[in-house]
Amino acid sequence: MTLRARTWLCAAGALGVAVLLVTAFLRMPEFGGALHAYRDLALPAAIARATPNLVSSVNFDLRALDTLGEETIVAAAVVGTLSLLQPSKEERQRIEPQRGYVMPVVKLAGYLMLPVTLLLGVDVVVHGHLTPGGGFQGGVVLATGWHLLYISGSYPALARLRPIDWCEYAEAAATGLYVVAGLTGLVAGGAFLANVLPKGEFGSLLSAGTVPVLSVLIGIEVAAGLVVLLAQFLGQGLIREEAS
Amino acid sequence: MSGVVGMACYGVAGWLLLIGAIGIVRSRHLVHTVVSLSVAQAGTYVLLLGIGYQDQAGAPIVVQDQQQPVVDPMVQAMTLTDIVVSATITALLLGLTIQISKRHGTVDPDELRALRG
Repeated sequence: MTLRARTWLCAAGALGVAVLLVTAFLRMPEFGGALHAYRDLALPAAIARATPNLVSSVNFDLRALDTLGEETIVAAAVVGTLSLLQPSKEERQRIEPQRGYVMPVVKLAGYLMLPVTLLLGVDVVVHGHLTPGGGFQGGVVLATGWHLLYISGSYPALARLRPIDWCEYAEAAATGLYVVAGLTGLVAGGAFLANVLPKGEFGSLLSAGTVPVLSVLIGIEVAAGLVVLLAQFLGQGLIREEAS
Repeated sequence: MSGVVGMACYGVAGWLLLIGAIGIVRSRHLVHTVVSLSVAQAGTYVLLLGIGYQDQAGAPIVVQDQQQPVVDPMVQAMTLTDIVVSATITALLLGLTIQISKRHGTVDPDELRALRG
């Protein structure tokens, strides 16, 4: 099919979908209204479990099963990318000494920001049940903070300080431990991923039962998974062009 | 006023979905295809957050005796799931793009005619 024919076909389909969407949007509940059935159910449930952050309560307690699926998607994507981007027999990766030039101020900013970013990442993960944040967000901060080494220093520095094997183990272990936490809830609380730990005092670090535990597990999984993922993409840049 | 904002919000959501889909159909480069998919998915973020919005309501971080209403945390959690899935799918598709570029020597979807082993 030519591009022209395809565009016309797509335009017809898009017009149909647009009409359907507008029809649906005109019959939506009033925008900004007070009708939020799930909010009204989630709010008392979260307060009863001493979780100030409602989003974390939904993610790691009320609908923790969905998060299991979500982290499995992350794990599957990491495994898929690992197998897709594995260098073949003809391709050789070689870490070459630093080429190019990094401005000293970029280096300085990078090395200054590295510990700050890592600390911020840990903070976002650990306080996921109290303040905005959680395992997913904090994990991404941790993984990208790690790569400040690449921006400010050099690829060899990153490669030395990036234990890929351990990241793979950590990712698998965190995914597995999430299931173990779920089974613990099944044995002790009668439901998979039931919040069985003591809820503690509202607003303190050790509260909300299993919410911070699951948040930290997800944080480890996402951080390790992203480091592995980015390593595969960065590794593609190391493949030497064969003289052709 | 609220009705206009609401329609604008839903309009943006629908627009992002459609423009992303059209981008995929008209794509001449696989990286462009992947980014178009991300744009289409961004429409769902706007839609979900628009559904959860409430006038005069605060962020879904509460105190023990919360009086002020908060916006819907359920759709925010779904948006978070959506973003995570979108990011992982993008990574996987970009990995596929690299492999296609290596095996076929092209990243134009129109030139990828035949299956090759």
